[in-house]
Amino acid sequence: MDISPILDGFGVVLEPTNLLYCLIGVIIGMLIGVLPGLGPGATIAILLPITYGIGPVSAIIMLAGIFYGAQYGGTITSVLLRLPGEASSVVTVFDGFALAKQGKAGTALGIAAIGSFIGGTVSIIGLTLVAPVVAGFALDFGPPEYAALGILGVLLISSIGNGNKLKAIIAACIGLLIATVGRDTFTGAERFTFGSLNLAEGIDFIPIAMGLFGLSEILYNLEERHNKVHSPAKVGNVWPSRKDLGQAKGAIGRGSLIGFVLGVLPGGGAVLSSLAAYALEKRRAKQPERFGRGAVEGVAAPETANNAAATSSFIPLLTLGIPANATMALMFGALLIQGIQPGPQLVTEHPDVFWGVVNSMYIGNILLLIMSIPMVGVFVRILRVRPAIMAPITVLITLLGAYTVRNQVYDIFLVIVFGVLGYLMKKFGFEPGPLVLAFVLGSMIESSARQGLLIFGGDPTGFFTRPISGTVFALVVIVAAWPLIRKAIRRKPTDRVEEKIS
Amino acid sequence: MSDPTKPPGAQPAQAVAAMDLQEEADRLQAELEEARPPHAGPISQVAATVVALAVGVFGAVGSYALGLGQLTQPGPGLWPFAISVVIIVLSAVLVVTGRNLQDTERFSRSSLLTAVGLVTLVGLAALLPVIGFEIPSLLLMFIWLRWLGKESWRSSIVISIGAVAVFYVLFVLLLQIPLPRLI
Repeated sequence: MDISPILDGFGVVLEPTNLLYCLIGVIIGMLIGVLPGLGPGATIAILLPITYGIGPVSAIIMLAGIFYGAQYGGTITSVLLRLPGEASSVVTVFDGFALAKQGKAGTALGIAAIGSFIGGTVSIIGLTLVAPVVAGFALDFGPPEYAALGILGVLLISSIGNGNKLKAIIAACIGLLIATVGRDTFTGAERFTFGSLNLAEGIDFIPIAMGLFGLSEILYNLEERHNKVHSPAKVGNVWPSRKDLGQAKGAIGRGSLIGFVLGVLPGGGAVLSSLAAYALEKRRAKQPERFGRGAVEGVAAPETANNAAATSSFIPLLTLGIPANATMALMFGALLIQGIQPGPQLVTEHPDVFWGVVNSMYIGNILLLIMSIPMVGVFVRILRVRPAIMAPITVLITLLGAYTVRNQVYDIFLVIVFGVLGYLMKKFGFEPGPLVLAFVLGSMIESSARQGLLIFGGDPTGFFTRPISGTVFALVVIVAAWPLIRKAIRRKPTDRVEEKIS
Repeated sequence: MSDPTKPPGAQPAQAVAAMDLQEEADRLQAELEEARPPHAGPISQVAATVVALAVGVFGAVGSYALGLGQLTQPGPGLWPFAISVVIIVLSAVLVVTGRNLQDTERFSRSSLLTAVGLVTLVGLAALLPVIGFEIPSLLLMFIWLRWLGKESWRSSIVISIGAVAVFYVLFVLLLQIPLPRLI
């Protein structure tokens, strides 16, 4: 393995501007993790216009920092307020809040920060080793493979998220349909433009992401969860004792591995891995009854795993060009805005972007460790900022930011339209995530599918007979049928319980 | 039901333990979201799905008009037509099977807050090119703080003026972004 590009990557990270954007990113990430309301997806969407002004490496370094920084920040609200800032911090609440009630909030936060740091770092090392190999393997992929992978990605995101699967897939298909608006690249025909010049160029990714992820969340939060001021538990000494560390050591090690492996899977990698890590620790423990009553491992395992998973979820994006979750779809869009096509060529064609971003995560994790241990008091104080004050400020940033991209009021209206669409979708149980992801992948899937058809001379069975695309399509079928399979598996244990009762 | 004091042997497999935990997490999530309004019932379920169905039909008709072409030479409408057919089929299934889902939310009095917020957004977008960003931003901030956020008069005035001043310094003076402005 040639390590000189990796070392060059460190050169890129250590440029002062990139260090600064890394710092800004992780601070924003911590903040929004702590503040209730906006998640990392919404924040990244709202900040997309900024990426126009700065270079691709700095932009992605900053957005990545927001993403993994939020994993650290989410812990603080889970432990102190019993409110998981992130879905991936839900299980942390069980033991984290119990520890806080015993006056050991500091210990919980300290252990979580150390676990997060180790999980994140292990995962970056794994990413460094695995990503170039996967990318090298994927270099031979042709259009049929990409069409298959794209469809698999959309289907996985739709079926693994929470909520109704049919609704998610319908939302994804509508995203694919929106992606076709504008001039068809193959024939030059205008599709669904209704004679509008604005629509002829297609709908831009930024207003869609800002509206569906950013504005819709703000509109949705207006209805409730407002004016709830909680008083956080007191935080004492955050430096964990040697005994606590010894107790958490195994959990952190296993959490790192679980997080890294499960994070690569599309869908809720971080959420799933935190659940799995917690379950494993509870099963391995000599006294499982301690869990839920303030076990240090119960905080260490999920927090380590979710950070490791957040990092390793970059692998499918950076090596195959397939975003593994909604936030990665935003990264995908951000890279496209910069004129960089995420995919197997990224490592060889843009090594500065690839290694710059990967290596920035080491620095970012060190910064986050500093912010979560010696400086945690600052962030605890931020918990007192009322959401009522944050909401209008984020709205203004969103609308004015949308304007600055092309200096057109049309873009503001587009954001509002998609904001309302996202709000209504949430009200009616449709998740906006699959729509945005499918929109991002839409033109890639269409053009690869059409190129594939040309390669096969119009014979669609070619997609199934080529070994790799055939395998991927087989996976597509399995994923599509998975709910039925799982139902069959699940029925068994309940049957047994019912028998026992009767 | 998963009982934390249950001995480890009672859990037959890791998979089942993970499922228990998933349920536990779901319960916690539900508890946290108790403030959410009640679900909206079968009519809104069907209505929402019919809208999706209409989108599918519209897409299918529109893309058919564009020309499907042949598989050897796909026309511009082939791909959108295929997607639209999937939307139609899935929505039709959902109309039949999804009547009793409970994942919609009823619109309540507090939905009016969202409607008011929406009006301020449209107002800002409409006024921005005419009178610059300062006054519309100030109004939006104030309305959101005072009436949507129920802050006091004093803090609403102070925060909205302060925030717009910061925006002015940041966007106009420091970053020199060409926003339409009054001064």
